[in-house]
Amino acid sequence: MSQTKDALRVPGPDKIPLALIPVIALAALPLIPSLPTWVTLTVAGLAMGMMIFIMASGLTLVFGLMDVMNFAHGAFITIGAFVATSVLLPLAGWTQTDSLWMNLAALLPAILAAMAVTGALGLAFERVIIKPVYGQHLKQILITMGGLIVAEQSIHVIWGPDIIALSKPATLRGSFIFGDIAIEKYRVLAVIVGLAVFAAMFLVLNRTRVGLLIRAGVEDSEMVESLGYRIRRVFIGVFTAGSALAGLGGVMWALYQETVNSAMGMQVMILIFIVIIIGGLGSVGGCFIGALLVGLVANYVGFLAPKIALGSNILLMVLILLWRPQGLYPVAKR
Amino acid sequence: MIRQLLSGDYPRSRALTVVLLLILAGLALAPFVFPGTRSLDVAAKVCVFILLVASYDLLLGYTGIVSFAHTMFFGIGAYGIAIAASRLGPTWGSLALGSLAALVCSALLSLLIGILSLRVKTIFFAMITLAVATFFAILASQLSGFTGGEDGLTYKLPELLLPGTKLFETPLFGVEINGKIVSYYVVFFGAAMLFLALLRVVNSPFGRVLQAIRENDFRAEAIGYRSVIYRSVANCVAALAASAAGILYALWLRYAGPDTTLSFDIMVDILLIVVIGGMGTMYGAVVGATLFVIAQNYLQDLMKLASDAAVGIPLLPNLVHPDRWLLWLGILFILSVYRFPAGIVGKLRAGK
Repeated sequence: MSQTKDALRVPGPDKIPLALIPVIALAALPLIPSLPTWVTLTVAGLAMGMMIFIMASGLTLVFGLMDVMNFAHGAFITIGAFVATSVLLPLAGWTQTDSLWMNLAALLPAILAAMAVTGALGLAFERVIIKPVYGQHLKQILITMGGLIVAEQSIHVIWGPDIIALSKPATLRGSFIFGDIAIEKYRVLAVIVGLAVFAAMFLVLNRTRVGLLIRAGVEDSEMVESLGYRIRRVFIGVFTAGSALAGLGGVMWALYQETVNSAMGMQVMILIFIVIIIGGLGSVGGCFIGALLVGLVANYVGFLAPKIALGSNILLMVLILLWRPQGLYPVAKR
Repeated sequence: MIRQLLSGDYPRSRALTVVLLLILAGLALAPFVFPGTRSLDVAAKVCVFILLVASYDLLLGYTGIVSFAHTMFFGIGAYGIAIAASRLGPTWGSLALGSLAALVCSALLSLLIGILSLRVKTIFFAMITLAVATFFAILASQLSGFTGGEDGLTYKLPELLLPGTKLFETPLFGVEINGKIVSYYVVFFGAAMLFLALLRVVNSPFGRVLQAIRENDFRAEAIGYRSVIYRSVANCVAALAASAAGILYALWLRYAGPDTTLSFDIMVDILLIVVIGGMGTMYGAVVGATLFVIAQNYLQDLMKLASDAAVGIPLLPNLVHPDRWLLWLGILFILSVYRFPAGIVGKLRAGK
């Protein structure tokens, strides 16, 4: 079957989208006055892209597998950020010392707590809200929008409506300096975490039995079920994991912005939707490339012409859709 | 006569008829029955929202597509009036020009979005419109030289519509007939006429095809209707009606800004109203918008009382805080989607 396509097929035969990233980075080089600025912007773009990827990957996988677009995904991002804030603020003594280990000792439980809470909420959300409307797109959109409203308002009830300031741990502030080039430490961390998530996802999807089931489920869930696997359980697992990743992404994003407010999830969601559309709905590999493209373009254009930064992403999306109407890596089922 | 006005689409329930007649009478006589600036403001907002939500119902309830760009078209209408009136002066000519420019702009934009994304799935269209609408809202607040940025635009209208203008020397039924009341009736009759026009659209053969596409687009296509074209036209008609609502709102407020027309909060309001009122019924827009706008303006006072009374109990004051009323509406919204998809109107019709 030459028609068969993977949800995750970066190393597959189609490498043109992959080449877009260096092409765009090199195309920006002559436009930007100095090399150090270009390096800084590129790293910033990659870091931003990685964070968006962390948040978007769960959503696109859920869509690929279950045909559910969760508009409330942004709420999980926000809740992750707020839970981490609740853990980090009392531990301010640990985060503000100059010891890396103390910083990590505060950061790690915060991230784990955020992921645990958003994962659990995701599980509950799937069971209560989404389960009755599988296969009905219109109702899914409406229901998840309703979930978003309720979740945002609940955040107001629990944490109050104000913007909370959240500073980065001491050792993650500042930059590494190489000659003229300054690279923010936090951005390096974001790139590392993003790559780790991508690698882990790649390995799980391509090298494990569960991954095989997920990929088969994306392809044809009825067939997998008829072979005797309970695809519903895989669904639930993926949904929970995707929500937990949204929580992780929310923590990373909040520390990057150094503020937390209840609207942050919705703001990022616009970027996430653009990334998912660019990548092809349901494709994790496409989502990764799309996220990096969006991050890079946002940073380059933000430097060259700050007023049209978000417009540039819309333009990128339109261009890519004109080239490939289904996104970079269309998922075959649809 | 009534049959033609309603295009043969009667309320089909005694309770609903009574409610609709009450709303109609209330809105038609608002300046006389509910005098006062605030209540007239509420009445005008109800008129505008009935039209806005009804046009959204054409998309969501009748055609089965979810758009998040409806406030964008609403905003285009409002900004059309605002920019024309503040640039070209408060003349009828500039208002006509501004309205025309806004309508043309909405029509082109909606067709463009439709062609780009309506061929594919509902979800895709919802995501694209969300991105485009956000971009548009940011654009409006960035181009401050043109749109007034975050502050928006305040402008003058032709003299006939200004509150200072008196039409008659003596008050009528104890109410002074001034320009504000004239503009209220412009809004009222404009909204009423366009609402009836929308009712005509959904009950026309074209509207039937839209419902067929909503139910099963594959089959509609097989019978010979090009669903892309029908969806695009529906999208365009809805966008035009939303722009008209924006024009009326701008005439009433004499102000256009991101918060009154473009914000995502209004999009959420529209969604809540259309679902709670009743999708695919048109009358749901009337009942929903009236209840919603009145609740928005008066229920919050009540919640404030409850919130103040509950001081000292943990979390409860927060739950009934006036700003949290969306929480309860959100829950009601989710329940409506599951339990009674035809909303309040559906409930009333089932009860007969």
